[in-house]
Amino acid sequence: MQRRAAPAIPGAPPRRAPHDTAIKLTEVSKVYGKGAAAVLAVDRLSLTVAAGEFVCLIGASGCGKSTLLSMVAGLDTPTSGQVDTGGQRVAIMFQEPALFPWLTARKNVELAMRARNVPKAERARRAGELLDTVHLAEFADKRPHELSGGMRQRVALARALAHEADVLLMDEPFGALDAMTRDLLHDELDRICAERSLTVLFVTHNVREAARLGDRVVLLSSRPGRVIDEYQVPRTGPRRIDSVQVAELASKVTDRLREEMRRHGV
Amino acid sequence: MAFSTSAQDAAITGLDSLELGQPQVTNGSARTARKAWTATWPKLLAIAIVLAAWQLFYAINFHGDTASGLVKGPATTLGNLASQLGHAQLWHAIEDTGRTALAGYLLALVIGTAIGAAVSRIPPLRAAVGSIISGLQTMPSIAWFPFAIILFGTSVSAILFVMVLGAAPSIANGLITGVDYTPPLLLRAGRTMGLRGIAMYWYLILPASLPAYLAGLKQGWAFAWRSLLAGELLVLIVGHVSLGVLLSTAQDNQDLSGAISVMIVILVFGIVVDMIFSKIDLAVRRRRGLLDPAAAT
Repeated sequence: MQRRAAPAIPGAPPRRAPHDTAIKLTEVSKVYGKGAAAVLAVDRLSLTVAAGEFVCLIGASGCGKSTLLSMVAGLDTPTSGQVDTGGQRVAIMFQEPALFPWLTARKNVELAMRARNVPKAERARRAGELLDTVHLAEFADKRPHELSGGMRQRVALARALAHEADVLLMDEPFGALDAMTRDLLHDELDRICAERSLTVLFVTHNVREAARLGDRVVLLSSRPGRVIDEYQVPRTGPRRIDSVQVAELASKVTDRLREEMRRHGV
Repeated sequence: MAFSTSAQDAAITGLDSLELGQPQVTNGSARTARKAWTATWPKLLAIAIVLAAWQLFYAINFHGDTASGLVKGPATTLGNLASQLGHAQLWHAIEDTGRTALAGYLLALVIGTAIGAAVSRIPPLRAAVGSIISGLQTMPSIAWFPFAIILFGTSVSAILFVMVLGAAPSIANGLITGVDYTPPLLLRAGRTMGLRGIAMYWYLILPASLPAYLAGLKQGWAFAWRSLLAGELLVLIVGHVSLGVLLSTAQDNQDLSGAISVMIVILVFGIVVDMIFSKIDLAVRRRRGLLDPAAAT
């Protein structure tokens, strides 16, 4: 199987120096609705993500996780504050694969490049490579309904990678998958992010998933969403969902999260 | 690294093949034959029942009754149809009607699609004519004929005009519905991909609308076909031999079996076109996985 030449080692030198900032959110607020019905979804949230960093955002319902991603993706504008992605290309992946059902896996990936006027031959070649990266080369000509949930989500990942983005935003991308498939996709994502030194902002409400994947886990409060805690995860080597290190961090985060939920129960 | 990449690759490939299951093993030709028979026998039975009821009705009420010479049994009528099929006149009529049908339908297709595309994209236009389109759909097309005949005279143009008025609103509405029902998630995905304006419309909204558009096309055909036959009966054009004209002639000659023969031809014509639409619709739904796998076999 062909691979891209980039080294598949975590901590390999990223394209930019590690202190480079990839995403900078400054005092970002988002209000939905007007007058008495107005809802403050995100409240003066500040967050800086370094280039090549994998940041997991975690929080209970109503912490404005998805709103935040939409704003970073440029699909939504903040009511106040600033979102700065330094003009980098941003790709987003949702919980649902959101593939176009009338196109094959390959054409779905190609369409992302067509929007950027990549020449036809180049599109076909790159789509083939990307599907190979997510181990779907032999399913390139299948339509989404012929694939399993995990495979669809991998096509969606290949499509997101087709943007040649520096920043990958992921909105609970594995939330709808079974645990076994999710484990394998965690390994996949690890490998791909290392190969491409991607900056990832990953939203989840699965604490273990956050502890498994993130270089940093950022805890958000609910209604309105703001950063209440952060956990740096030391990069000591490959992790698995059942690693001791992951379990320890997960229980710490869970305790903090419950504390936050109790605050809302009073 | 604690676990090798190749082991991980193998795990993923293995999981994929487990999730997709084994390909079905079926006996191709026997299966096709069974499928064809399953589709055919209900139709044959229905035809047999109709013919039997007709024969029974005829035998009880009219058999040996020379005074009621107008009513014929199925044997006589089908004989009439067979002999008509042997003459060029019926085939000319079918050709003539078919040509008008095609012209009128294509015209309605172009106009309906253009209106649908414009209305779905331009909000003020939708506010202005959206409800008029739905209103037009409920208007019986035959009501347009006096207007059309005054405007165009007794010509094919009058018939085409009414066909377009009957069919175009359905086609436009089908497209508008399809555009409205494009899943917001796909639109979001399209926007993040950088699809904008025309590209968004061409690569995302139109393909997403296809099933509803096809439904509109099918309904539009039904309206066009009805309008056409009504037109051929009402607008008798000198020198034209159409199915409508044959029907009208049969009426003038009190020729019941002749009329039924032409009606059968019209019915079959309609069924054949409907089957074509159904085939296309089925193919589109199969491509998108919109068929129940159990029902699709």
